[in-house]
Amino acid sequence: MSDTESTKPGHEHPAHLAHHFDNPQQQYNAGKLGMWLFLTTEILLFSALFCWYAVYRAAHPEVFIYAHKFLDVNLGAINTIVLLFSSLTMAWAVRASQMGDRRTLVITLSLTLLCAFAFLGIKSIEYRHKWHEGLLWVSRYDPQHHDTHEGHETAHTQAATTPAAVPVVAAASATTQRDAEGRIVETLVIKEPAKDLHVGPTGVVETWTEKHEMTQGHAAKMGESPRLAGLFFSIYFVMTGLHGVHVLVGMGLITWILIRGARGEFSAQYFAPVDSVGLYWHIVDLVWIFLFPLLYLIH
Amino acid sequence: MTAVTTNHTPPSLTPDLVREDNYLTHGSGIMSWLFTLDHKRIGVMYLISVIASFLLGGVFALIIRTQLSTPEGVIWTTQLQFKLYNQMFTLHGAVMIFLVLIPGIPGALGNFILPLMIGAKDVAFPKLNLLSYHLYVIGAVVIVVSIIFGAVDTGWTFYAPYSVRTDTAVELMVLGAFILGFSSILTGINFIVTIHALRPPGMTWFKMPLMLWALYATSIIQILATPVLGITLVLLAVEKMMKIGIFNSAYGGDPVLFQHFFWFYSHPAVYIMILPAMGIISEVISTYSRKPVFGYRFVALSSIAIAIIGFLVWGHHMFPNGQSTLLGTIFSFMTMLVAIPSAIKVWNWLATMYKGSIDLKTPMCYALAFLFLFAIGGLTGIFLGSLATNVQLHDTYFVVAHFHYVMFGGTMIGFLAGLHHWWPKITGRMYHQGLGRLGCLLVFIGFNLTFFPQFVMGSHGMPRRWARYEPEYWPYHAASTVGAYIQLVAFILIAVYLLHSLFRGRKAPANPWGSGTLEWQTTSPPPHDNFAVAPTVDEPYNTDNLVYDPAIGGYVNKPTDTPAGPAAVPH
Amino acid sequence: MATQNADSHGLAHVMSKRMLIGIFLALVALTWITVGVTKVDFGPTVNLVVAMVIAGIKGILVVLFFMHLLYDRPFNMVVFVGCLVFVVIFITLAMVDSAAYQPSIDPYKTPEGLIKAPAQP
Repeated sequence: MSDTESTKPGHEHPAHLAHHFDNPQQQYNAGKLGMWLFLTTEILLFSALFCWYAVYRAAHPEVFIYAHKFLDVNLGAINTIVLLFSSLTMAWAVRASQMGDRRTLVITLSLTLLCAFAFLGIKSIEYRHKWHEGLLWVSRYDPQHHDTHEGHETAHTQAATTPAAVPVVAAASATTQRDAEGRIVETLVIKEPAKDLHVGPTGVVETWTEKHEMTQGHAAKMGESPRLAGLFFSIYFVMTGLHGVHVLVGMGLITWILIRGARGEFSAQYFAPVDSVGLYWHIVDLVWIFLFPLLYLIH
Repeated sequence: MTAVTTNHTPPSLTPDLVREDNYLTHGSGIMSWLFTLDHKRIGVMYLISVIASFLLGGVFALIIRTQLSTPEGVIWTTQLQFKLYNQMFTLHGAVMIFLVLIPGIPGALGNFILPLMIGAKDVAFPKLNLLSYHLYVIGAVVIVVSIIFGAVDTGWTFYAPYSVRTDTAVELMVLGAFILGFSSILTGINFIVTIHALRPPGMTWFKMPLMLWALYATSIIQILATPVLGITLVLLAVEKMMKIGIFNSAYGGDPVLFQHFFWFYSHPAVYIMILPAMGIISEVISTYSRKPVFGYRFVALSSIAIAIIGFLVWGHHMFPNGQSTLLGTIFSFMTMLVAIPSAIKVWNWLATMYKGSIDLKTPMCYALAFLFLFAIGGLTGIFLGSLATNVQLHDTYFVVAHFHYVMFGGTMIGFLAGLHHWWPKITGRMYHQGLGRLGCLLVFIGFNLTFFPQFVMGSHGMPRRWARYEPEYWPYHAASTVGAYIQLVAFILIAVYLLHSLFRGRKAPANPWGSGTLEWQTTSPPPHDNFAVAPTVDEPYNTDNLVYDPAIGGYVNKPTDTPAGPAAVPH
Repeated sequence: MATQNADSHGLAHVMSKRMLIGIFLALVALTWITVGVTKVDFGPTVNLVVAMVIAGIKGILVVLFFMHLLYDRPFNMVVFVGCLVFVVIFITLAMVDSAAYQPSIDPYKTPEGLIKAPAQP
């Protein structure tokens, strides 16, 4: 149905009305529909990545259960709240533009932009951590130490039993046993060279730390192939990477709208660009709403 | 837009010549074209680019056919050289599909005709329309440049794992295809919004010309399917460059997953190619039978049905490729279903012709050729969609023949029909009908000679994408090559008389064919703003008020102010 | 504040401040719940379903209210829902196929579950 109400007198073709539209309502409705159609393409773009996730999680559940623990749930949750807040400020900005409230528009858009910066900042912290830990995609998956956040370190002190000190050298040994529930537990014992080597009343005292890690899951194999675990990070980096690219683009769009809004280009009769950028930003938020539990909250 | 009632001089008494001020003369210089917002100019630029791409793809085809003239190979004869053959058929496929078939009818003809058909001044988003064209050009350049950087030898289907291990320029070519995907998406968005928002009062959904239904259904597919191709190509390039383990089993990846992703787009893509051609056929058959299309609602809803069911059949490209038999069964069943709306259309077109007053102008000749060729192409699709026969026919020349019958015999013939039908409207010139019909005949003969033998040799086991073959297939290949060269002659002829018409053709009246749709109510070529007088909206194929005027060689509205609407006077 | 502007220049519904903040607080609450619920293990399938249901509710809130779809022309909702239908078809069929052909791949898997990589050039 096309809207073809005749223009009211005194409102013939305002400056922002394109020549091929009859009236502002028709132009606004057309722009809105066009934007929703574009958002459809964005959703389908990500859908292939969700399909990749779904197929691989179904085929290799142990990879996901093992590898997701390397992600920091707290940072992910903070990022979720940050994006949700930015959605609030963005929706508020649309409201402000609809009411011709320039000051609120500029403030809320600036806040949205700030949140976007914060999101990318936290993301870059996470990425840097992964890089240092060697937790990258499958062909470059090379974990430096197996810190799964479920291990623990215990300090040991052993009094020397012989008068002559036998310094502890760095060593690692692994044993695999089943724990009380029958789960495979791989215990990795790393002995750090003694930092405290002092002579006590009974002789030389050695100190070392023991790191224990547990590998859970119904993988019947002995621990994980490192390459398989890298598949999780392939998915992680591609999905959050593409999402991050969209955040960047969104920041550019918001900046553009911010500048135009500060110049007073928007009013109750013409706010469609703010509306459209808002819709784009909410889709970015929507994708993250699903990414967060799928990547961070697998347990 | 309100209808204007006037008492102008009946148009049959005024010379209905090309106005000096039309969209072609409105503004001059290359910049006024490259940065135009006029959908008609964008359409013309698309037309030129698509035709140029077709010629390029055709050259690659001739090279392929020449190579295959003898069993040992004419151009390339050693194993090392066959890689060049692989690059040749990859380029032929990629150029034809991404530069000609997908953008062709919507970009070149749809852009021009759609706003005229709904009596609008332009599409909903003219700037996006221009961007769509610019992206087309950029994507085309990237694909052509990839030839220089090593081309691609994977076939246009880019199957993993070979595509992630080959040393050819896969990343560049998929980048070009990715850019072209955006061009396609923007066109789709534009058309859907235009049809929703800019129809005139009186033109309800079921009073639209069927070309608009076809373009609407096409646009649905462009929007839903193309993004999946985009992300698939990105993932392919990332896999090749960074080895992330999505499609390459050496890194834990799944090559069948690539095929699922790829064909989720590429099957609906073939409906992007055929639906606009079917829209053209509706317009052409109705015009040259002087009858409204029989079963209008069935044809309209069949377009939508094809678009939707077309999303549910992609696995029929994967039957022997590792897909499970469960899915194979599902997809085979759905493939049978998707044939039904296409068949409905063919029957309705035939019924349209029945007891019509058939006028064998060139567009009608192409439409008749379409019916014959598309029927063969569609029916052979059924053989391929059936699981048992597919095992025998998969990756043989039977498949090659099938898709050429539907894509060339269907889409390109439809394109030629539309080009000849709207040529007067676009250029303001009439071409020579006799040569037009001769060109159609030569294309038809050449096409069948090229591709029919391929059905036979395919069912006898000739594999596709092979640079050489056993001598038992020689007669078929020889016939096929002869047919290809006949097509070369045919297309040269078509190019000659069309170009000739631009300079020496008779100036075209507003409505040379007596068609009832709105684009014929404005001059040929149209003015910059499309309609000097707002057109009246009626039943889409109503030609009752048209009468032939020999003085101008075209059709005009009957002289009196009838209730059906006043004359639209080009002044 | 949530009423349609009365004058003829009101192009679209305006969200009230109360609604915006209320929806935001609901979203935060749901986020808190979805993180908290991971402390309890219902088994892998139910865990996933619970997480997706909560994410779905959050998504619905964002789409209906922040994106105004509840107050918009109905066809825009048709576009969005239609898109989701095709996403579901795509993912479901691919998943079903993958699950169905896993058994035929199993004999070719190494103990690590991979085909060993060839030496890369």
